Amino acid sequence: MIVPKSDREIKIMRESNQIVKEVLNELSLRAEEGITTLELNRLAEKKIRKQGATPAFLGYRDYPFTICASINEEVVHGFPSKRRLQDGDIISIDVGVCFQGYYGDAAVTVPVGEVSEQALRLIAVTRESLNLAIEKVQVGNRIFDISAVIQDRVESEGFSVVRDFVGHGIGQKLHEEPQIPNFRMDEGSSQIKIKPGMVLAIEPMVNVGSCEVDILADGWTVVTRDRSLSAHFEHSVAATADGPVVLSA
Amino acid sequence: MAKEELIEVEGKVVEPLPNAMFRVELDNGHRILAHISGRMRMHYIKILPGDRVKLELSPYDLTRGRIIYRE
Repeated sequence: MIVPKSDREIKIMRESNQIVKEVLNELSLRAEEGITTLELNRLAEKKIRKQGATPAFLGYRDYPFTICASINEEVVHGFPSKRRLQDGDIISIDVGVCFQGYYGDAAVTVPVGEVSEQALRLIAVTRESLNLAIEKVQVGNRIFDISAVIQDRVESEGFSVVRDFVGHGIGQKLHEEPQIPNFRMDEGSSQIKIKPGMVLAIEPMVNVGSCEVDILADGWTVVTRDRSLSAHFEHSVAATADGPVVLSA
Repeated sequence: MAKEELIEVEGKVVEPLPNAMFRVELDNGHRILAHISGRMRMHYIKILPGDRVKLELSPYDLTRGRIIYRE
């Protein structure tokens, strides 16, 4: 069941998402050649705790880190490691926090140094598909409208949308109903109507090649099966009578 | 987040209950409480004891289901 959030709850969720945003801003600036993703992870944890929040991913279903750092062909849930970022990499950074009992969740993909034309286009299209999706968070629309606009934007560029992972509601839990697929789906949550007070974490994951993905032996890291590049953006968005409010912007 | 699919199972209706609910015995012997999907209600698909049906279960609550198909 989807319980709409009150104005008070949304206000707290804005704060937790603002913490996420600040962390993402800092990490995007630091994501330069030579830094390890483990250092980014440390920075994130320190910054989150300093604000009186707790990392949401750490310990979630035994996930062992504060952030997800997914490089190049890694789609999502990449483990921070001693791997150093190299010129030409693209890295998706996903951050979640819990503040006063409410969750915030967002992600960005940034280029490291000089990256290929194609990588830049992938990042731009993924970000754009998320922005189009946010515009669809209108009371009376359905989840399907969000899914469709993402899929259309991505596929019009010849890229593909990951099927095995989806966006989600967010609130007092990190993952709540409804699931928000980034592609058209007939059954499931697609027909759910958007109501005021719903907070949705929309997260398109876009591959240059096929939409197929594999999970590595660590049980978490998701990679594209054809090892093509993948990008990922996420915002937590509240639906209100006056339209979408991006809490993590 | 990882997409979570509903679990699809088959079973036999053993008892009609009020409010378009049914007691269904799954092929693995478990008895669960199932309601009928809205789309089947819309099309007035009747269900009687003894009918074989397809159900969807949520991975979170395996004691309840939704009947999505009557064979």
